[in-house]
Amino acid sequence: MLEVDSLAFGFAGRVVGQGIGFTLAAGEVMCVLGPNGGGKTTLFRTLLGLLPPLGGTVRVQGAPLEALTRTEIARRVGYVPQAHVGTFAFTVREMVLMGRTAHLGAFASPAARDREVAERAIASLGIEHLAHRPFTEISGGERQLALVARALAQDPVLLVMDEPTASLDFGNQLRVLDRIGELARRGIAVLFSTHDPDHAFLCAQRALLLAEGRALEVGAPREVIRPETLRRMYGVAVRIVDAGNGQHACLPEPAPR
Amino acid sequence: MRSTLLAYVLALAALLALTALAFTVGRYPVPIGQLIDLLIGKSQALPPTARTVLFEIRGPRVLSALLVGAALAAAGTAYQGMFRNPLVSPDILGVSTGAALGAVGAIFLSLGVFATQLFAFGGGLAAVALVYWIGSRMRGHEPMLALVLTGVVIGTLLGSAIALLKYLADPYNQLPAITFWLLGSLAAIAPQDLAVAAPLALAGLAPMLLLRWRVNLLSLPDDEARALGVDTRRLRSVVVAAATLMTAAAVAVSGIIGWVGLLIPHAARLVVGPHFGRLLPLSMLIGAAFLLAVDTLCRTIAPIEVPPGVLTALIGTPFFLWLFALSRRGW
Repeated sequence: MLEVDSLAFGFAGRVVGQGIGFTLAAGEVMCVLGPNGGGKTTLFRTLLGLLPPLGGTVRVQGAPLEALTRTEIARRVGYVPQAHVGTFAFTVREMVLMGRTAHLGAFASPAARDREVAERAIASLGIEHLAHRPFTEISGGERQLALVARALAQDPVLLVMDEPTASLDFGNQLRVLDRIGELARRGIAVLFSTHDPDHAFLCAQRALLLAEGRALEVGAPREVIRPETLRRMYGVAVRIVDAGNGQHACLPEPAPR
Repeated sequence: MRSTLLAYVLALAALLALTALAFTVGRYPVPIGQLIDLLIGKSQALPPTARTVLFEIRGPRVLSALLVGAALAAAGTAYQGMFRNPLVSPDILGVSTGAALGAVGAIFLSLGVFATQLFAFGGGLAAVALVYWIGSRMRGHEPMLALVLTGVVIGTLLGSAIALLKYLADPYNQLPAITFWLLGSLAAIAPQDLAVAAPLALAGLAPMLLLRWRVNLLSLPDDEARALGVDTRRLRSVVVAAATLMTAAAVAVSGIIGWVGLLIPHAARLVVGPHFGRLLPLSMLIGAAFLLAVDTLCRTIAPIEVPPGVLTALIGTPFFLWLFALSRRGW
């Protein structure tokens, strides 16, 4: 599905990260963890084809990203940005319909079939009651769900989500993580970034630890998220607690008294 | 949906009523009965003076108001969506200032009416081309911000060139002509001017209508629009070219007419929302009706013509504030 091989990424004249390699299969969820400025967003922009890779390759369904047009990428890879307020009061339904653009001809407007796909995406996230509301007037959590619905309307095989839980309250964070699990069960590969290692335990099969532009470790969350990797990434002392029912969580080490 | 339809019907009705009114009033009033005679094909029954007034004086003027109003409103609608900013007008990339410099230069060189229009049209296109060329070379900045800033500074540069020409111009012959051009007027537009300007404006309108769905996506942050499959760079350049062509064609025959391109798209957006395919036609209907109303007042309220630039704000401000107070929608 997604194959990344010795990828170097960044901007012209400034390498942000290099030596990144991993694969992601259909229905798999990978969580990208890393400190602020660690290169998560730049990596995601490269995987979406918004920045050209500085080295190495990114393949989606076997096709190298550079060989695909914007439309072809958008039909395979859906992007869920961090929720923004937006300038104009498009309704949630219109916003989700924009996800159909890659499936339309240059001069075409969404047809009945596109409206059906959009309505299904809205329904699958349980936000039918928001469909007629202006995107600018709903809450941050609702906006995040609307943006996920828009990405689903793209009908992608891979979803790239940039901190989908940022600025959400506790309940909405868990709801979004729950949706991620559901999407994966439908066969979509999901790549998301977060600042909370617990989110990797909750819904990811794999975790990529990104620090100073390099992949510290890639593997199952329980294997790679360890006190020493967290200390290397974030510079804080943390222990991993086993809740006994298969669930794990990070707790800060109490300061010595 | 029903409110959208209602808005269209009301705007169209207002436009038709205003058009009928504009044909009847003026220094030589034409009774409405004669206008109806004309419409049902009995033009032979009209007195010859009425025929001259309707076909050669009022007709071109009414059509000019409709064309210029619709073109400025359409360009403003496209620019505001694209710049994600409800406060930009069609002048943001320098089209009006460039046109003004072209026209002022032609008047300064005493080149005549046709050359003035041609220079205005060319000046508008050249200014935007220059701004676009420089702005898109400012790498490492958000592309729209780079364009707007370039547009503003190039605009002030052109403005100072206009000021210099005004200072150097002959104060008895050229300066009044320059001042009148800068105030805008629909009084002197001849049918042959319209025959050139209208196809140019339509040529600008066509890509906007064809791309009406995609243009919506330009209101999103650049990364998002691209991730949704839009080649934003190319789409933006097409929309800028189309909106510039429309504005330049309008300004070349009418001179500078402010306000319409800035606030009419707002008024329309308050009624039907930001969806471009619904917004553009309503914006054009309101823009055409508004400028026609303004121009009709310009030629009837006083013994001398009042420049439309004076009245647009005088009528537009209360109208806009009323609409703003009435609506509950965001931009």
